[in-house]
This record gives sequence, structure tokens and C-alpha cells, in this order.
Amino acid sequence: MTYIRKPRVRHPSLEANELGLTRRDYEGSMSTLCAGCGHDSVTAAVIEAFWKLSVPPHRVAKLSGIGCSAKTPTYFISQAHGFNAVHGRMPSIATGANAANRDLVYIGISGDGDSLSIGLGQLGHVIRRNVNMLYVLENNGVYGLTKGQFSASADEGAVAKSGEVNHERAIDPVLLALSLGATFVARGFSGDKAQLVPILEAGIRHRGLALVDVISPCVTFNDHEGSTKSYAYTREHEVEEVAVDFVPRRREITADYEAGTVRDVPMHDGSVVRFRKVPEDYDPTDRDAAYAYVRARQDAGEVATGLLHIDPGSRDLHEVMDTASTPLAGLPFGDLCPGSDALDEILADYR
Amino acid sequence: MPTEQETAPPAPAPGAPRTRINDLAIRIATANGTGSASANRLLMQSIFRMGIPVTGKNVFPSNIQGLPTWYEIRANGDGWTARSPDYDLVVAMNPATYRQDIAGIRSGGWVLYDDSRPLAPELRRDDVTFLGIPLARMGAEQFRGSRTLILMKNMGYVGAVAALLDIGREVVRAVLEEGLGAKKKELLEANYQAFDLGWDYAREHFDCPLPTRLRAMDANRDAILIDGNTAAALGCLYAGATVASWYPITPSTSLVQAFERYARRYRRDPDTGSLRAAVIQAEDELAAAGMAVGASWMGARAFSATSGPGISLMSEFIGLAYYTEIPLVLFDVQRTGPSTGMPTRTQQGDLLPIAYASHGDTRHIALFPADPAECFELAVAAFDLADRFQTPVFVVSDLDIGMNDWVVPRLEWDESYRPDRGKVLGAEELEGGAAFRRYADVDGDGVPWRTLPGTHPRGAFFTRGSGHDSDGRYTEDAGPYTEVVDRLDRKHRAAAGHLPGPVVGRTAGARLALVCVGGCNAACREARHLLAQEGIEIDYLRVRAFPFSEEVEAFLLEHDTVFVVEQNRDAQLRHLLVAETRVPKDRLVSIRHYGGVPLGAAQVTDDVRAHLGRLGAESRQRRTGGALSGTQAASAPREEGGRRP
Repeated sequence: MTYIRKPRVRHPSLEANELGLTRRDYEGSMSTLCAGCGHDSVTAAVIEAFWKLSVPPHRVAKLSGIGCSAKTPTYFISQAHGFNAVHGRMPSIATGANAANRDLVYIGISGDGDSLSIGLGQLGHVIRRNVNMLYVLENNGVYGLTKGQFSASADEGAVAKSGEVNHERAIDPVLLALSLGATFVARGFSGDKAQLVPILEAGIRHRGLALVDVISPCVTFNDHEGSTKSYAYTREHEVEEVAVDFVPRRREITADYEAGTVRDVPMHDGSVVRFRKVPEDYDPTDRDAAYAYVRARQDAGEVATGLLHIDPGSRDLHEVMDTASTPLAGLPFGDLCPGSDALDEILADYR
Repeated sequence: MPTEQETAPPAPAPGAPRTRINDLAIRIATANGTGSASANRLLMQSIFRMGIPVTGKNVFPSNIQGLPTWYEIRANGDGWTARSPDYDLVVAMNPATYRQDIAGIRSGGWVLYDDSRPLAPELRRDDVTFLGIPLARMGAEQFRGSRTLILMKNMGYVGAVAALLDIGREVVRAVLEEGLGAKKKELLEANYQAFDLGWDYAREHFDCPLPTRLRAMDANRDAILIDGNTAAALGCLYAGATVASWYPITPSTSLVQAFERYARRYRRDPDTGSLRAAVIQAEDELAAAGMAVGASWMGARAFSATSGPGISLMSEFIGLAYYTEIPLVLFDVQRTGPSTGMPTRTQQGDLLPIAYASHGDTRHIALFPADPAECFELAVAAFDLADRFQTPVFVVSDLDIGMNDWVVPRLEWDESYRPDRGKVLGAEELEGGAAFRRYADVDGDGVPWRTLPGTHPRGAFFTRGSGHDSDGRYTEDAGPYTEVVDRLDRKHRAAAGHLPGPVVGRTAGARLALVCVGGCNAACREARHLLAQEGIEIDYLRVRAFPFSEEVEAFLLEHDTVFVVEQNRDAQLRHLLVAETRVPKDRLVSIRHYGGVPLGAAQVTDDVRAHLGRLGAESRQRRTGGALSGTQAASAPREEGGRRP
């Protein structure tokens, strides 16, 4: 909430990025989430990723729906335009915005209620359209603002704070995205910033929709014994077997890995996603293999994390629609109005 | 009382049939999916080419193939082209509906039917002339393949009707050739052949032309024949809309399809061929509205088109756009509700839902075109108004306007037009200006300044549907919250003076008035003319926008009795007039017809006469000390009866 003023202190020793901006320049207002909320860690990772990529803050559009997750865009990049949409409908706002202005960098923050229940339809279709955006799903298995109801990502058998047991199957956004043909699918954990930041960087640079499911525990309603989205459970069951680094376009690629152990996947803008740890016989560009791998891990009671799938041939909404390279919203009226001669030509068919 | 009965046929004309030129109504009954639509349009277009004012109403089922469908053509040299259910000629090509089709012909009229198979004797009427033509038999002798046979049968009745009504053979052939193009020579020849089968047979066997017939005139020199959805799409194209998001729904589908078609033709980058428009078929109307809001947020002119059920789904985003003050243009091509209702029938049932769409205190600007020419004009106006007032603007037409072909003056484009983008701060203004306050009433006109994302760091703010203050900051405090919603109310009311004004017709001294909206126009204008012929002088006002201007209110207050004519059950326009003007409620007498077919003039005149008749009886009764009876009369002004001619 903006009535809490955050002190603005310039510290000379703060590291600057290519634009001369420090991490502070990518921050937002003070979080009003509960102390220890996973979402605040995700916010910190988002700030880090945008800072590292030197994205001009005002060229970012940050969107969300409704819920605890939806509050977080207020907490990063205060010079970016924000849009707090209605519950579960952030994807359609993002789609229209992106259609109108393809030049901005889009980040949508959603939650498991926002994306997997009320917004499941819009999530599915924003994936299908491959809108060029980073889509972060802060996943805690619970409805926080309405005080602890299960969400659609709550695992079967998970126990609520009230003691209630969930008997319904969970919707896994990673499997969902893979089955819908998402071109970038990752899972992170809010407690592992080192892993999350390069994933977010790669997701920002990916041309198309980058879905990043982040297990982000709710300390108030879903961090107890019996929860499968708690810090303790996630730490115990997480397997990070797909690890990546993000190598931006302008940075020299320095090899500090043993030959044969890394695999570089080039991105549209010339940057590179470097897989430095991948299970044997696992090809992250192979959607079916990624799906099988995630399912096998789940069967073993584990939560697979990392950049699980990337399609280097991804074509985003604009490429598919063959829209002008200039943002539609910026086209001068003279380029849009066909004029009276054309109208006569058109109306000749209506005689 | 509103009734759904069509007017009773007039008494049979005594003696020999009188010649009647350019004043006729035809009904063509076929089965859906038989290709009859293009044959019917050919007839209508040929009459248009003869320079005669004409309309065509497609009365079709929600079905792909098999169910009964009708096409009604009314040609009228005086320009009265509202739907007329008083059919002179019925082309009965669907045995499944013979009974009702034959029953619907006016006394003294004609029926053209396929007598390849005999007509059941009980269908015969003595006061109607039966014209049998063996279309199926003749077709089978000349054409091969069942599909060809069906299509050629259509051309056969076109030929016969052309001969019967004296539509020139060359006129029809010219329209056909233009439609099919010179390339499809074989198909063209087959069509000519089928046409001639009907034409020759009719001229050989019937007394051609009929006494009720057509004669070329010159009323359409500067007119076009176009449907409202196409015209609205052209309005979007010309206003500079670049993003269209939609979900298919009858009867609005053809609007976005037309936009896409013309965008593909006129919105190509000359160098790369890429598109300067994005048309996105959404997963539902919720997303369609959301995409339009998102695109508008970025500064594009964006729109969606839908019908009633879509408006219900869009209501959530409509409220968001209203509260966050994002321009949004939505076309509602109304169909018959509630719920799924009758998807292929027309109605004006969304007036109230649109005026206040969405939860909480919301009110919206709505524009009501009456014909395709106004669809074009008001579509352009809608984008300017949405930008200027930063709010949703609805263009509310209906199935009859949107999907049927109308003769309207050729659309004109004013080359000096420049879009009114309203108050948008650019990078330079943000760089040098005072701190940006998104929702502050800086100019005292209720309209704040806005910025577009990506313009400048100082223009950034958070667009939110949650409570916000004049700076766009989250608030749960009564004061700052109220300040914003009160300004929204002022903004909305101030808009009334900037919207398209009503269309008014006056007669000196008239104390009665007809008030209507949108698609009731043609019937009400004709009704006014008919009533004037009987000595009932009645003024006319057609509302073209909501909120209502002062001119609308003044007009209502000027008249003793105002008949409010509309096509919905609940008198929604009357509701709005009562709620939003100072007019005393009991001056507004409701005339409603909502069965799904376009309004006819007789429905209006009958109701007006009935009301005045009741008033007269009541007035006489009161003079003789009799008791009042009937609730309808109780709501009427007492003094009216005495003034009735």
C-alpha cells in the first residue's frame, strides 16, 4: 500500500547495470504481504532479473489478476505501468495489450487460484496464442485473502490448516502448459533465488509465453505439517535436475564447464539459455520428454524444478498473425484510414 | 396492448384488380441451406437497381440446414420500407410451411408454388390466385445433380417472379453477372438457363405482369444496399481501429468478419505486406472484452462486437473499464432474449442492461443507430467519444439492422476527419510538466488526463479495479473513493451534451408524440405519415444516445401524450426516460412489439388508434358520469380524449 513510504536512499556503492540503474530503481512500494511470504522472494527475483537484463523500467508492463499474487506487481518496478485486472482475467488484458504494443516487455503475475480455477480458461488460451510475455504463477495451493480454502493446485491428501483433507486431484500448471504446447515451461521455488533468477531472465527474453510456476509457500495458511506446498515439504521433495544459466546477448560466453556437460539453446535476440545440468537422456527441447520426466518425478513423490522445456522455434502471437513490426497503437492515423477513394471502391460492391 | 398478431388482411377489393405500381410486399418461403438466400438477394438487388426503394428481411432459423426460412421484400416508391406483413405475393417453395404461407397472403394476392406435385385441396383459398409452376419437373429435365437442381429451382422462381412483377430480364442478368464474375461462365450460363425456365413459363402461362407490379424509377442514384454490420465494420476501419477481439455470436459475427476482410485489403504495410490490425478470436466474450480493454490501455483503438449473451459475460470488464477509465468500444447487435432466446430473431432487449452494465454504480454511453448509414457514422463517433470520455461506449443495433440489407444514402468520408484521442499526455509534457495525477479533475470538466504505457517514467501508474484515489493509489477511505466516483458521475452526465442528438420531426400544434429508438425508426416514421393522413397529427423523436440530452427531455415535456415505441417486453426505453428525465411517468404510453420480427407501421398505428379510442370512450364515459375501467386507460392523461381529431 502506497501510504507506506519507502525511504529512497542512494547508496554510491550500489552496483549499476548497463543503463546506470541500480536494483533500487527496479523496486516498487513496500510489500503488505505477510512476513516470510514466498511471493516477496519472487518479487526480489523479478527485480534482480529485470535489473540484470537492463530493461528500461518504463518499458515494462506488469499485470496481475486478483489475490495475494496480484498485489506483488506494486512491489517491483514502480516506473512500469501496472494493471491490476479482474480475477483470472489478466491473460486477456495482456493479450490485448501485447497485440496493441509489441515493443514493451510484459510480465504477468498470477496465483494458483487466479490461474488454475477462475482463470484456467484464459491461462490455457494465452498459452495457446503464445503471447510474448513472462507469466509467473506464484503457487501456494491455497486461497490466502479469503483465509485458507484449498486451491486447484492443492495436492490430493494435502491437509489444510483447519485439518480438512483435500480429496480432489491437483491441476499441475507445468503439465497443463506442456500439454497445451507451451514454448517455455519452468518450475522454481521461491526459496531458491539463485535458480529462479536465470529462469526469469530467460523467460523475459523468450519470444512467446514463458510459464514459470513458482512454488511460493503461504506462511499463514499453508506452511504446516501435512501441507505439500510448505517450505519444509518443498525443500525436502524438490529435485533440481535441470539447471540453467542465462547468457545475455552482449556478454561474452565464457566456458567454465567441462566440455560436453553443457548445452546452449539460442534465443531470438541472440542470448543463450545454457543448460548446465540435465538428466541423462533428457532433451529440454522435446516436449514429450519433458512431460514424461515431470510425471515420473511426481510418481516418485518429487517436485521437479528448473527450466523444463523450451521450444527454440517458438513463434509468438504477432509472428503468427503477421502484424506490422511497428506497434499498432503507435501507427499514425494516415496509415490506418483508407480514405474516401477507397470507400468509393468498397461501396461499388454495394450497388 | 402490445400484441404479436400481424395486421388482419384488408377486405377483398371488389371488382377487377386495380393496377398498383411500386407498392408491394413479397414473402419467399424456402428451407434453410438450399441456397435460396442468394436467389432472394438477387431479386432484392434487381429491384434496387430499378431505382425503387426496397428492403429485404431475412427471417431465418438458428439452424444450418432444413428448417423453414423466409425472405420478405417490400418495395415502395414513396420510400416506406418498414416490414410489411401484408403480402401481395407469396413464393411458396417449402411444402412444410404451405399452410401458414398461403394463409398469410392478403386477400386478392397471389401465390407462386411448385406444382410438380399437386397442392392439397384444403390449402386452396378463393380470394387468392394460385400460380402453379413445375419448377422441379422442368429442372430435372434440364439439370443434373441434386444440389444443382435445388439451386436452379431457386433461379427458376426468380425468373417467374421477375416476369410476374415486371422486373427486367436484363437487370437480373446484369446483377447475376456482376455477382458471379465473368470467370464462372459455365455457372452463369446455367443460372441464365434456369432463370429463363421460370421467366418463359410465367410469361406463357400467367397473365404477366400482375396488376401489382414494379416500374423503374430513379430513387437510388446515390444509394447503396448494405447491411449494418458491414457498415459498422467500415466505421471501425475508417476510425483507425487496430485491435478487434471477439467471440462468434449471431447476429454480430459478420461485423468483425467484415472488419477483418477489409483490414486484409486496406491495412497492409506497403513494403512488407504485414497487417496494421490484429483480429483475435477469443475463447469467450470475457476474454474478448479483456483484450479490447488491454489494447485500449496501450492506446490502440480497440473494439469488440457481440450480442446480449456476450454483454452478460462482458459485464465484469465493462465495470473495470468504466472505473479505470479506459476507452472501450463495444457493438451490441441485439437479438431476442432472455438467455439464449431466439438467436436469429431481432429485439431491443438490451437497452437497460447496457445503460447500467456491471455491478456497483456504473452508467455508460450508448449510441443507437437506426440503419446501416448510422452504423457507419456512429461507429466512428463511438471511438471519438470513448477516447474523449475515457469510458466504454456501446453502439447498440439489432439483428434487423445488422444482418439485413438496407437502402441507405452512399456512405461519405470526410477527408478532414482526425481522431479525437482525448486527453493523453505525451513524453514531452510528462518530462516538463507537473507530477502526473491520473484521476484528478485538473480541468474541472470531469475528464482526467491519461498516459500510455511505455511513454515516459513519469507517466507510470497502476491501473486498478480496486478502490483508488485521484492519483490512482489504492484506497479504502471514504473521502478519496467518493471523490473519484462522484467525478465519474459528473463526467457521464456532462457527456450527454456531446453525444449525437435526437432526430426530431414536428407538426405545428401536435400534442401527441412518438418516441422510439434504433430499428423502430422506419415503422414509426411510416406510422406517423399514416396517422397524419387520418388527421392525427403526431410529433416524432428518435433517441440516438444515452445519457439523454436536454433536447430529449424538453421534447417529452412539450407533449401531452408520448407513445414510446420499442421492441422489448419490459418497456426498457420508457424505463430509462422515466428514470433519467423529469417527464411525468403517466405521459409515457408504451407500445411494445417483441416477438422477434422487425416492427411494421400498422402495429404502431393500431396501438395508437386503440389508445386514442379508449381515451375517447373514457372521456365520453366521464362526461356522462360513467365509471372508469381498464388499467391501461388509467395511466393516460384525462384531457387527451377531447383533443383527438
